[in-house]
Amino acid sequence: MAPSLSPVGLRWIDYTIIGVYFLFVLGIGWRLRRAMKTSTDFFLSGRSLPAWITGLAFLSANLGAQEVIGMGASGAKYGISTSHFYWIGAVPAMLFVGLFMMPFYYGSRARSVPEYLRLRFDEKTRAFNAVSFAVMTVFSSGVSMYAMGELMHLLLGWSFNFSVLMSAAIVLSYILLGGLTSAIYNEVLQFFLIVFGFAPLVIVGLNEVGGWSGLTAKLTALAVSQGHSADAYTHAWRGMGAPEHNLIGVEWFGLVMGLGFVLSFGYWCTDFLVVQRAMAADSMEAARRTPLIAAVPKMVFPFLVILPGMIALVIGGSGIIPAKVGPGGGPLLNAAGKVVLDYDLATPSMLMHLFPNGMLGLGLAALLASFMSGMAGNVTAFNTVWTYDLYQAYVRKDASDEHLLWIGRAATVVGILLAIAAAYVAAAFNNIMELLQLVFAFVNAPLFATFFLGMFWRRTTGHGAFFGLLSGTLAAAVHHGLTLPAGSVPGVKGGYFGVLETFPSELGQTFWTAIFAWTTCFVVTIVVSLLTRPRPDEELRGLVYALTPRPVSTARSFYERPAFLGALTILLLLALNLLFA
Amino acid sequence: MSATGDLDVRVPIGGLFVLLGILLTAYGYLSPTRNGQINLWWGLVMLVFGVLMLLLAP
Repeated sequence: MAPSLSPVGLRWIDYTIIGVYFLFVLGIGWRLRRAMKTSTDFFLSGRSLPAWITGLAFLSANLGAQEVIGMGASGAKYGISTSHFYWIGAVPAMLFVGLFMMPFYYGSRARSVPEYLRLRFDEKTRAFNAVSFAVMTVFSSGVSMYAMGELMHLLLGWSFNFSVLMSAAIVLSYILLGGLTSAIYNEVLQFFLIVFGFAPLVIVGLNEVGGWSGLTAKLTALAVSQGHSADAYTHAWRGMGAPEHNLIGVEWFGLVMGLGFVLSFGYWCTDFLVVQRAMAADSMEAARRTPLIAAVPKMVFPFLVILPGMIALVIGGSGIIPAKVGPGGGPLLNAAGKVVLDYDLATPSMLMHLFPNGMLGLGLAALLASFMSGMAGNVTAFNTVWTYDLYQAYVRKDASDEHLLWIGRAATVVGILLAIAAAYVAAAFNNIMELLQLVFAFVNAPLFATFFLGMFWRRTTGHGAFFGLLSGTLAAAVHHGLTLPAGSVPGVKGGYFGVLETFPSELGQTFWTAIFAWTTCFVVTIVVSLLTRPRPDEELRGLVYALTPRPVSTARSFYERPAFLGALTILLLLALNLLFA
Repeated sequence: MSATGDLDVRVPIGGLFVLLGILLTAYGYLSPTRNGQINLWWGLVMLVFGVLMLLLAP
């Protein structure tokens, strides 16, 4: 029988801690309100921030609910293999964007990623990217709000309306007052709060299960009792030879190419939400170091967010993860008659069971911080793309800087209102949101092929990029429509054109859909580019590798140089993969 | 004045952690099975981190 989760009783100390955190968040916005004099101040922090701040913000903007709650859930489902989402699915791409792509983003003085696409290709490619990105950020923000509202209702009994409107009002206030600087400063604050809120959870949790050796012994016994191999939960690479031999249900090639290359590089190297943080850096050197600095804590984050999920699976003998609720109100049972656990509640259950009042307030503040940093990242990216890439490009080309600043603030309000609407749509029609996220996945999958060819092959043309993106998106939809994960019915999970192949897991299908989309985009972009006229070299200086002078490091110390940071990170990455192989 | 308004981010971080550290330590000290003292000890850790941040902020 799986345990149940009932709303917990907070005391004055918990409310005080959460209240003090909110006051500081708003205080940062208030303190910065007079510094927002130009649109560059508001959208790009005046390109004035040091690398350590933009580096932590680069990481923290990605620390939304998906990370803290989702990775804890994956830790409970897949064990230490979840670290692939970091050591394969994030850090290599962060190194690549810092060492090789940032010189073009920062050096071109583009104010956004879509604007880089206009400089490198043409207007239609920029419009395609800007519109899809703007819609996507608003919906992502709404889904994050929805998840937070649901969780706070479940954990604390707070009403859904109160949670959604309170978080929206706080994020709106500090961005409206202090622009991107306020968002970045708060992301750095939230980074430290998340670390200090979750580190004791891991320490106390490990203490409860008898340390690392106790945890691995319990997980080994659990794996055997479930019919898996003994090291299924405790080793990341064993069993990756075939999808049926590991908990993720993916073979090594699908993992490395689908997650490690296509999806990971597509997100970390092209998503304006994270690239915007590097664009706010005070120099080319700082912009290049931004993702490299972020890569170091990113490597150790699995121990902070995955371990609570793994511990929740075995703590107290049979774990503390509650069951999903079935249609009749009792625990949900699968086809084999076994209880289906609600893995999304793994980390929140750990907070509730292990933290006394006081620490509970700190843990909940960290949880709220993760939701709000993800939300703020989306909103600041949205208001910039809306103002520079849609409003200034198509509505008022000659708008004054003062007018753009006003439009940016208005876009912040509209973006938050749309996100609130998206949260309520998600609450009412969960399937619609699932469908929308699927469409976004189709649009994102081929993106890196366009950027890679654009930056490293000067022959790539605007027509090639545009039709490559379109065909890649179409290929993703076709592949998804012809495949299905095992145990699913045709519909939003795929198979809507017929089922040519069944994947052992949903992740396997996702990774291979991405591989198909990327490859199609890559090939079509090359073919169309060879059939169309390229731009003259003088128009591409600073935008492509062959026509851009190599950046020379100005760092005073060897350990500040991007090349040294990159080499050190690769060594640490190899060590971690070997240690947990 | 730059887009940071001359505000060093370590000041609000240090201030928040000092305040939360004092709150947790005091609560753990005034109202003390195995995790009961975690408020006291973790509060002290946060307090030290907050002071360090303020010192690193001239």
